Amino acid sequence: MEKIKSALSNFYLSLIVLFMYAPIATLVVLSFNSGRSRAQWSGFTTDWYVTMWADETIMAALRNTVIIAFLSAFVATVLGTLAAIAINNMKPVSKNIIMSITNVPMLNADIVTGISLMLCFIAFRVSLGFHTILMAHITFNLPYVILSVMPKVRQASKETYEAALDLGATPFQAFLTVVLPELMPGVTSGFMLAFTMSLDDFIITHFTRGAGIDTISTLVYSQVRKGISPTMYALSTVIFLTVFIVLLIGNYAPDWAKKRKRKA
Amino acid sequence: MSRNLLELQNITKSYDGQLILDDLTLDIHENSFVTFLGPSGCGKTTTLRIIGGFEKPDKGRVFFDGKDITDLPANKRQLNTVFQKYALFPHMSIEDNIAFGLRIKNKTDAYIKDKIKYALKLVNLDGFEKRSIDSLSGGQQQRIAIARAIVNEPRLLLLDEPLGALDLKLRQEMQYELIRLKNELGITFIYVTHDQEEALTMSDYVVVMNQGYIQQAGSPEQIYNEPENAFVADFIGDSNIVPGIMVEDYHVRIFGADFKCVDAGFGTNKPVDVVIRPEDLEIIDDDDPRAILHGEMTHIIFKGEIYEMECTTPDGFEWLIHSTELHEPGKKVGLYVKPSNIQVMNKPESEDEEALGVEE
Amino acid sequence: MKNNTSRYLAGPYVIWIVGFIVIPLLTIVYYGFTDRNNAFTLNNIAQILVWENYRPLYRAMILSAVCTAICFLLAFPLTMILRSLKVGRSSLIVFIFILPMWMNSLLRVLAWQTLLERKGVINGILTAMHLPEQHLINTTAAVLIGMVYDFLPFMILPLFNALMKIDDNTINAAYDLGASYWQTLTKIILPLSVPGIVSGVTMVFVPALTTFAISNMLGGGKIYLIGNVIEQEFMQDSDWNEGSGLSLVLMVFVIVSMLIVNHFEDKNDMRKGGVI
Repeated sequence: MEKIKSALSNFYLSLIVLFMYAPIATLVVLSFNSGRSRAQWSGFTTDWYVTMWADETIMAALRNTVIIAFLSAFVATVLGTLAAIAINNMKPVSKNIIMSITNVPMLNADIVTGISLMLCFIAFRVSLGFHTILMAHITFNLPYVILSVMPKVRQASKETYEAALDLGATPFQAFLTVVLPELMPGVTSGFMLAFTMSLDDFIITHFTRGAGIDTISTLVYSQVRKGISPTMYALSTVIFLTVFIVLLIGNYAPDWAKKRKRKA
Repeated sequence: MSRNLLELQNITKSYDGQLILDDLTLDIHENSFVTFLGPSGCGKTTTLRIIGGFEKPDKGRVFFDGKDITDLPANKRQLNTVFQKYALFPHMSIEDNIAFGLRIKNKTDAYIKDKIKYALKLVNLDGFEKRSIDSLSGGQQQRIAIARAIVNEPRLLLLDEPLGALDLKLRQEMQYELIRLKNELGITFIYVTHDQEEALTMSDYVVVMNQGYIQQAGSPEQIYNEPENAFVADFIGDSNIVPGIMVEDYHVRIFGADFKCVDAGFGTNKPVDVVIRPEDLEIIDDDDPRAILHGEMTHIIFKGEIYEMECTTPDGFEWLIHSTELHEPGKKVGLYVKPSNIQVMNKPESEDEEALGVEE
Repeated sequence: MKNNTSRYLAGPYVIWIVGFIVIPLLTIVYYGFTDRNNAFTLNNIAQILVWENYRPLYRAMILSAVCTAICFLLAFPLTMILRSLKVGRSSLIVFIFILPMWMNSLLRVLAWQTLLERKGVINGILTAMHLPEQHLINTTAAVLIGMVYDFLPFMILPLFNALMKIDDNTINAAYDLGASYWQTLTKIILPLSVPGIVSGVTMVFVPALTTFAISNMLGGGKIYLIGNVIEQEFMQDSDWNEGSGLSLVLMVFVIVSMLIVNHFEDKNDMRKGGVI
C-alpha cells in the first residue's frame, strides 16, 4: 500500500515536472537546431548563439532589461528601506494611509497600473522612454521592498540602537553599524525580489516604454507578431541558464557559508 | 557624606497625556549603589532613560557632576547602560561588541585589546573574545553586556532590570557578582528592579517609586523597618497594615487594644496606619499576661525555614505571622509585639495621596 | 528623539507614491469620466455594456476562473506530496517547482507557441508518426494552457508555504481523535491552508483576468479578452477615454473579486478566533 502510494506520488511529481520543463527543454533543443523549422531536426549548430550575440537589437534589449532591473531595484531598495523605518515609527493613522497606498500597485492589475502611469506621463508631457520605464519599475518595486524590510524593522530591537548611542555612537554611526546590519537580510531579499520582478515585467513596460526602446519582454512580444527567429531560442536558453545558476547560488550559497563558518 | 554625582531636579514627564513622572527630585551620591524599586509602570525605567539620555523630560533638569546635561544626547554622556534584554549586537563577535564604544572613540588597537582582556577577566569570561553571541547562555550574555559598558570607564553605570530574564539561582549568583564589580570598579551604580529582595540585598540606597512619585528613599534598613506609608510597607516584604488611633505620644490603639510604641509627634487621637511585620508578632499563651490581642489560629503553610500562619482576632482581622514554632489551626492564642517593632505611619490626607496607597 | 527625525526619512517615499501612484490613478479616473472635450460623461464606463466589450470581459472571467481552479487542483496534491517528503523550503526538489516562476513569463508563453503552432513541435511529431496534423493554436484551450503554465508556480509557492506551516502534531491529533484521512484533509488541512489558498488564488486570478499577452500569442487575435480590448484602445485605436473607462471597470472587478476571496480568509480567522 505504502509502495503504491509513493509510486503514485512520484508519478504525479514527474508529470508536473514534465509539464513545467518540457516547453523549456523544447526551446533549448531548438536553439541548437540548424534549420529554421520547429517541426524538424536539421542538425546541431551553435550559429544562433553567434547571431544572437551579434544582433544589436537583442543585445540592446538585454542591456536595457538588466540596467533597468538593477537601477530600479537599487533606488526602490534605498527609498523603501528608509520609508520602512520611518513608517514603523508613525502613528497608526498615517501608517495605515501610507501602507494602503503602498499596496495599490501590488493589488491592482498590472494593466491598470501601466495605463495610469502612461496617461500620467503623457498628461505631464514626459516623453516616454528609458526613464519612464525606470520610474514605473521603481514604483511597482517599492511595495516588495517595503514588505521584505518591514518585518525586520519591526523585529529589530530599539535597544541595540540605543545601546550604540549609549556607547558613544552618533545616530548616523549607530544606524550604519547596528541598525542596518540587523535589517540587511530583509534589505537583500527586498532587492532580489525587486530585481527579479523588474526583469520579468512585461505589461507595465509595454505601456510606459514608447517607441524605439525594448526590453527582453517587449522584444519577444513584438517578435511574435513578425515571426520568431531561432535566435530568440538561443536567448531563452541563455536567460534560463542564468536564472537557474543565480537562483541556485542565491538559494544555497548562504547554507554553504554557514556550514563553513560552523566548521571554523 | 560624599558629594552628589547626579542631581535630578523637578523632573516631569508624560506620554500621550498620561503623567509618568511628577516633579521628581533626587540626589545620587558618588560611589553609591542606588536602586529604583517599584511595580511596573511606576516610572523607574523612564527615570533611568532620562538619565541615560534616551528621553527628554518635559520639565526639570538633570545635573551630572554639577553640569547640566538635560539637553546632552546619549552618545555624549559620561555614563553607560546595561539594557534589560542586554541589547548585544547579534552580528558582531563578543570582542567586537566590547570594542564598540572604544572604536567609536578611536582608541588604539593595543589599548582596545588590553581593555577587552581586562573586562572579560572582570566578568569571569576570559578567552571568550572570538565566540559569537548566540553561543552564550543568558547569564553569559549579561556579563558581556556589563563588560561592554564598563570598558568605557563610565562614572555612572545604569542597569535596567538586568537580571530579570535569569532564573533564580543564576540571579542570586549575579547579585554577588554585581556587588563585587561595583566595589572593584569604584563607580556609581543605578539599578532598576521590581524585586524588593534584590533591592534590599544589593544597594546602599533604595528609592521606592509608585505612580511617578518617590514614595520613600533611604537605606535598605530604613525602608524595611520604618516604611513611611502603606504602599512602601506593603511593597517591601509581607506586613500587617491596620488602621489605628494615635492616642498620645508612644501610645497607639488598634482594634480597641492599647499598644506601647516608640513613635511620637503625631498629636493626640489622630487616625494613623500601623505596620507590624509578620515576624515581629509573637504567639504566646492565651492566658499570658503579656498578651495584648487574643485570637484563634486559622491557617498554616509550611514555607521551609518558617511557618506562615494566620491568626484571626474577634474583630475579623487576619494577622499574618511568621514563626519557626508551629501553632495548629483552632488553637486559641495571645499576641504580643515589642514597642520598637510597631511602625506608625501618617494616613494619606488628600484623595490625591490616597491614590498612592496600596492597590488591592 | 529617534521618532521625530526618522519620520523625515519617509519624505522621498511619500513624494514618490503621491507622484507615481496617487496622481496616475486620479489621471485614469479623470480620463474615464470625461470625453474628448474634457466634459463629464458616464459613456466610457457604460461602454462595458456594449457586446464587443462585454463579451471579452465575460470570457476573461470564465477563463481566469477555470485557470485558477486548474492551478489549484494541480498544485494542492503537488504541495501535499512535497510536504510529505519532509524536505525543507530550500531543498532541490522544491526549488525545481518554484524555479519557472523566475523565468521570463513571455519566453515561457513563447515556448508553448512553439509547441502548438500549425508547423510547431507537436504537429511535427504527429507528422513524423504519420498522424494527421491537429489544429491547436488560436483556440481557447491553447490560451487556457498558456495561462495555467504561466501562473501555476504562483499557486504552488504560497500553498507550499501555508502547508509547511501546519504543525505535524495538529494533523496527528486529528488522526488520534479518530478522523479519517479525508476528514483530516477537509476539516484540518484545508482550513489551515486558507491563507495560502487566498494568496495563491489572487496571484493567479488577477493576472489571468487581465492578461492580453497570452491571449494574443496563443489565441492569435481570435480569443479576445478584456485585456486585449483595453490594450487596443490605447495602443491602436487611441481612444484613451474609453480605454480608461473600461480600465476602471476592470479595476472594480479586480477589487470585488479580491474582496470576495479575502472574505473567506477573514471568516476563517474569525472562526479560529471564536472557537479557540
